[in-house]
This record gives sequence, C-alpha cells and structure tokens, in this order.
Amino acid sequence: MAEKKLMKGNEAFATSAIHAGCRYYFGYPITPQNEVPEFMSRELAKAGGYFIQAESELGAINMAYGAAAAGGRVLLSTSSPGIALMQENLSLLSSVELPIVLVSVMRGGPGIGSIQPGQADYNQATKGGGNGDYHTIVFAPASIQEAVDMIYKGFDVADEYRNPVMVCADGMIGQMMEPVVLPPEKAPLAEEEIGNVKPWALTGHKEKRERNAINSVWLQQELLEEYIEQYWPKYVKAENELQDWEAINVENCETLFVAYGSVSRVVKEAMADLEKEGHNVGLIRLKTLWPFPHKAFELIGDNCKNVICCELSMGQMMKDVEAEVKGKYPVHLINRVGGMLLDPVEVVERTKKILEVK
Amino acid sequence: MKRITIITGHYGSGKTEVSVNLAMDRKKEYDKVAILDLDIMNPYFRSRERQKMMEDLGIMVQFNSFGFDITEDLPALSAALKTPLENKEYQAIVDVGGDNDGARVLNQFRKYFLDGDSEMLFVANRNRPETPDVAGCMGHINAIQAETGLKMDGIINNTHLLSESTAEDIIRGYKMCKDLSKESGLPIKFTTCREDLLDDLKAANEKEGIDDMVIYPIKLYMRPSWLG
Repeated sequence: MAEKKLMKGNEAFATSAIHAGCRYYFGYPITPQNEVPEFMSRELAKAGGYFIQAESELGAINMAYGAAAAGGRVLLSTSSPGIALMQENLSLLSSVELPIVLVSVMRGGPGIGSIQPGQADYNQATKGGGNGDYHTIVFAPASIQEAVDMIYKGFDVADEYRNPVMVCADGMIGQMMEPVVLPPEKAPLAEEEIGNVKPWALTGHKEKRERNAINSVWLQQELLEEYIEQYWPKYVKAENELQDWEAINVENCETLFVAYGSVSRVVKEAMADLEKEGHNVGLIRLKTLWPFPHKAFELIGDNCKNVICCELSMGQMMKDVEAEVKGKYPVHLINRVGGMLLDPVEVVERTKKILEVK
Repeated sequence: MKRITIITGHYGSGKTEVSVNLAMDRKKEYDKVAILDLDIMNPYFRSRERQKMMEDLGIMVQFNSFGFDITEDLPALSAALKTPLENKEYQAIVDVGGDNDGARVLNQFRKYFLDGDSEMLFVANRNRPETPDVAGCMGHINAIQAETGLKMDGIINNTHLLSESTAEDIIRGYKMCKDLSKESGLPIKFTTCREDLLDDLKAANEKEGIDDMVIYPIKLYMRPSWLG
C-alpha cells in the first residue's frame, strides 16, 4: 500500500484530480478553497497540464466548457457563492452532455455570508439553479480520504454519464489535515486516443469523419424534446446505480440520525455517548446527495420511533428526508447555520430534549 | 529557550499546535506569557481560535485589529502585537503562517528579533508531502531565512499522522531531522509526542538504541475530538 501522507483537504482534492488524469484547471480565488487554485497553479504544469486563473467563476466554467468539449479532463473548484455564479453553465454543460468535475467547498450563506463551514448549499447542489431538465450528480465526502476517492471516481462517472459531477465538501474538510493514501496516477488520454474514447469531442475531423458540433440552441422545439428524451434515461440509470450511503444500525434503531459530510462525524461521536446512556441509535450517512439514497431508507426497521436530521442549514436535507419517510416517523432537525458548527455535546443534549418531548 | 520563540515551517507542519502547547506550558513557569498569532495565510485552525482557553489562564492572545472577529480572513495586524515584544517581562510565542509567504509578516517586527533575546525554530513533519526529506526541509528553511533575513536557530521534529501516529512515525521523522541537523548545522530542539504515545515512544527508542531524543509531550488543543 502507498505510504500515508498528511494532507490538507484542498491540496488533496487537487492532487487526486491530477492522479485521475485531469490536466485542465480554471479557477478564481474564494475562501475556503483557495489552496486548490494555489496548488494547481504550482503543480499542474509539472504534470503537463494547464492552469488558468479566470477573471471570475463564470469565466472559469466557460473555460471548462471549452476544455471538456475538446475531450480533456477538467477540474473546477469554488465555494458557495462561486457555485451560484456557475449555475447557468452547469445547465449549459448538462445540455450538451459535457463531463467536468466540480468541487464545492461549502461555507456559510446566504449571500457573501461567512468563510466558516456550511451545508446550506444542499438545495443549490441537488436542485440546481440552472434552467431546464438536468441533474448534477453530487457526492458528499465526510473525510479527506473519501473526498480524494470521490474526486478520482468522479472523473470516471462524469465521463460515463457525460454530465457534470459535483463533490460537495465543506470548509472543514477543505481546511483540515488528515492522513491520506493517494490513488494511483492515471495518464490522461493521448491526443490521438480522445476521438476513439470520446467520439463526440471536438478533436478536428481532418476530413475523415463528419463534423462534430456541440450546441445548446434548438430552434425547433420538436427536436429539443426528442433530444431531452434521448438523454434523460441516463438520469434514471444514475438514480438506480449511483445511490451511495453508509448505514449504521438502521434496521434496529429507535432513533435514526441522518447526516452527511463533516457533520456526520459529530453525530457519530454523539451516538457513542448516547449509546453509553442506553439509547438505541442508528445513522444513515448520505454519500450521494443526488441521486438521493432512497434505498437506504428502505432499511429502516420496525423499532424506529424518531428520525433526526443533523445539518448546517435550516433543514434543506430534512425536506428530502421527510419526503422519503412519508409521514411514517416524526422528523426532527438539529442544526446550526451561518458558519457555526454542531458539536457532539450539543447533539446529545438536543437529541435528549427531542426524545423527552415524545 | 529564549524569551521570544518564533515558530515557522512549511504550512500544515503543525506550527499552531506546537505554539499553543508552548504558550500553555510556559505559563506554568512565567507570569507574563503572550501568544502572537501572525497567521495571515489560513482562515481556519489558527491559535486565536483558542483565545478564550488561553485568556482564561492569563495568557495574552494577540492577532488582528478586529479582535471581535476571530474567523474572518483579514490580514490586518493589531499594533498591540508589539506589547509582548517590547516589554521584556513577557515570554512570547510567535505563531507564524506557513512557508516563506507566511513568514514574510515577520519583517515588520524584525527589529525585535535581533538582540539575541529570540530564537526562530523550524517545525518539520516528515509526513507532509513537501518535507519528506532533508532536501524538502532545506528548501523551506532557506526560503524562510531569505524572506525574513533572520537565521533559523533550531529544528522541532513534529512528525505525526494525527490519530494514526505511531512511535515508528516519530522515529522516522527523528532520523530525518538528525540528517537535517547535520546538513544545516541546526540543533534539534525537541521531538513532539502525543501524551498517549509517550510509553510507546520510550520503548521504541530503547529498541532502536536512541538515547538522545528530547521529548516534548503535546496535547491536541486545536483539533476537535469528533475529527478523530
């Protein structure tokens, strides 16, 4: 096994992308993800890649559009307000089926907000702000290792589904340090291979094939409908195949927690304390936010009396959980917002309060 | 140790944890102790986050001029930072941001570091990707010295892997620091070790025949328990 290195989240995200064969990065500074562009500006050229500091997040994602259209593997990274600026182009990339990987290091919002960790971009990531019928595939890591693995795999998923993939980290995961084993280094596709692996890419027809075009404008609505219906099955496939979660004691527990990202680690410590006091607790940790892991909720057993959502938002994830449990159990919220964090003591105390009221 | 201890190093090497430990321990011996958080590189995990813990013990905590807002990304330093540097009754731990970029901020306080009353130490963690060997560490030492015009006075072996650290990690780091010491002429001031690993480290040192390691037991003040 490769030696473990102690890495900061943002450095590790960038390194993982390079190991996945990414050779294009376009970025614009925003805390708490600045180490990603900083690292890429220094390291990507050494791997034979291209770093460009864009004039804004809009510029960055448009550059990504170009590099992806030419068949390259592209990484983008930003934080919450930056994703807001990129939404138009997430719709645009989806409309022309271009694969990119985008890391969102979430901070406190709304608006400019704060630079401390947040999860109030759950809706932004999963429901999107772009127009039209599309989805962004969204992974949610709870550790730096998991983020590294999700970014690495994310490039394959983006290519397979020809769709943007977002990895939703939060400020804590971006800024903290953890031991990491990096995945093996993959070479990017050689220029002459791109046309074989990505036959849609704009590689130059050299008068040997029909001209490729990547175009989002449809002046005939009949053709646009046909086009949407032709690509839509991939989202159905993604819903079936990509759902991912971690389940702890879901079948037997009386009190089920639902959480994702760094908050799930707070919940795990709180669960250990609650167990010591005799509570029967379980956890569904979402590893994909879209597709939402519906299958995890089918595991809930007859003992379940309460579902408690822990998140750093006013209950954005909770709305999906409520839809999922369909009124079978009361759904509660333990949250902090604005860049404030939950800690295990607070989760334990608020859980006991919820259970007392019952 | 000198009255003023400046903690520098590659970013992510553990300077802040070392600095907070030094401040907490020095308070046991001295009445007036200050920690100067000069980290203008990082928005998270800065010593000012433990302001209350330290101030409750009577340690002066100085950072930016917007004292109410410990988390913002403001590279504005408070003039009050000079108090513990000028007042010789104070013991001062200077916690500097990462790399030569983070050390640049020392220049404006340079005159306080020239009278032999201070020492600048380099924190080394062998498990960081840029400092796995002597060459990597020398690169950072030279860059920090060139940026600040100050001479490095010693090395702190702070090799760890957080909760996954073992005594063997620490010893591997120690061996690298020995080589670094030989190459640079700088002494190893001490080797940090999490308190729960002390017995392991002593046993491992005995097995390896290492009898000259100065061990500094360290507590993890900066990392919340739930991060492991």
